[in-house]
Amino acid sequence: MPSTLLNSQEMNRAISRIAHEILEKNHGTENLVLVGIRTRGVYLAERLRDKIAAIESTTLEMGLLDITLYRDDVGQAAQKPILKKTEIPFSLSDKKIVLCDDVLFTGRTIRAAIDGIMDFGRPACVQLAVIIDRGHRELPIRPDFVGKNIPTSRDMMVKVKFKEVDGEDKVVVHEGAS
Amino acid sequence: MSLKGKDILGMRDLTEEEIVDILDSADSFKEISEREIKKVPALRGRTIINLFLEPSTRTRTSFEIAGKRLSADVINISGSGSSLAKGETLMDTARNLEAMRPDILVLRHSGPGAPHMIAKLLKSSVINAGDGAHEHPSQALLDLLTIRQNKKELKGLKVAIVGDISHSRVARSNILAMNTLGMKVTVVGPPTMIPVEIEKLGVSVEYNLERAIRDVDVILMLRIQLERQESLLFSSLREYSNLYGLTSEKLKKAPSDVLIIHPGPVNRGVEISPDVMDGPHSLILDQVTNGVAVRMALMYLLLGANLETNN
Repeated sequence: MPSTLLNSQEMNRAISRIAHEILEKNHGTENLVLVGIRTRGVYLAERLRDKIAAIESTTLEMGLLDITLYRDDVGQAAQKPILKKTEIPFSLSDKKIVLCDDVLFTGRTIRAAIDGIMDFGRPACVQLAVIIDRGHRELPIRPDFVGKNIPTSRDMMVKVKFKEVDGEDKVVVHEGAS
Repeated sequence: MSLKGKDILGMRDLTEEEIVDILDSADSFKEISEREIKKVPALRGRTIINLFLEPSTRTRTSFEIAGKRLSADVINISGSGSSLAKGETLMDTARNLEAMRPDILVLRHSGPGAPHMIAKLLKSSVINAGDGAHEHPSQALLDLLTIRQNKKELKGLKVAIVGDISHSRVARSNILAMNTLGMKVTVVGPPTMIPVEIEKLGVSVEYNLERAIRDVDVILMLRIQLERQESLLFSSLREYSNLYGLTSEKLKKAPSDVLIIHPGPVNRGVEISPDVMDGPHSLILDQVTNGVAVRMALMYLLLGANLETNN
């Protein structure tokens, strides 16, 4: 049975806190943009954009990044992920980028995303916001903003659910996934 | 998602689902060509050989650019500069090329079925870039992508294919694919250019252009092969052009939102008048742009599928 790590209220609070932390660390919204990693990083980015708009009355620009073509396991994965569109309709040069993803695990997705971002320009800096950091990094990558740190074993499955696609806001963990 | 076969030889082999997957992927690949840095690392370290034994500008360049934008190493070989000119057989050339371990061989050849024969021989994937008057699958796919971008849904669309149907691999690949996708095809041309019993392919036949385009969504104009002018398919170029050339006058008979596509190269003023070619209905240059995206999708999907079976 999956157990709940964060319910919808806790998840919402965590995202609110991250929004404040982003503004605090960057001294406001100047040159700040959000880039969500498809699929669920995009929903985090959207939530952060809305929270920041409510706090600062500025709506940040937001990009969507599909990292499929930057993965280091092309052809190895059992099921090829369907390639979705990358939509970054503005230059990333000299921008402060907050990269958004749902779960930080090995760090390989983030490595791929950083490579992808570099193809769109030379940003001033890239920061990382995630809802869950579950450890087990295989690359020297760390998050700047974390909803919740959770110690996990490697074969657990952590799933962040968003109302937009999953019908509810919730973080669950499955023991020893298939 | 990946393709079931190791090769792309013709639209005959592709299911509706595979075609839709290719078009969806191509839609996503399009964005890469809009970037300032038009390159992704997806096929880094893979080798693609373009073996073009018939003249080609668009298709060869398109395959080359597609491979390079995916970071593959792309090698081009043309007939005149190759050992085929010294008398080596196609099969030996293919075996020798395979000995250098390419991942994909893209073949254009004047012999129908040449890529099929090579595909059986090689472990590498083979993409048919046109085999005689047989098939040209990547062209049909880019035509479909171009139509879909402008008409939302393909199913149920009415298409007129106009010109030398008998000698056109573009017509055949499109007919096969459009049938698979539930589109309605009418072929149009002088009787000498329409194969007997083509109705068995599931198309209707019309000999009058103006009548044929009255209620179509898409007009696919084929290139009139000037080199065939000697072969009595039509009495003069002018007569063909008068009867089957698409002019703005004839276009008035078609619906106002009709799309015009042409695989190129165009004989301006023969099968299509310059004002129609450069007019608002024409998507000829969009087709070329889409061609790169479609070929990127094919290469990407093929290499993924290949590795899975080798695992």
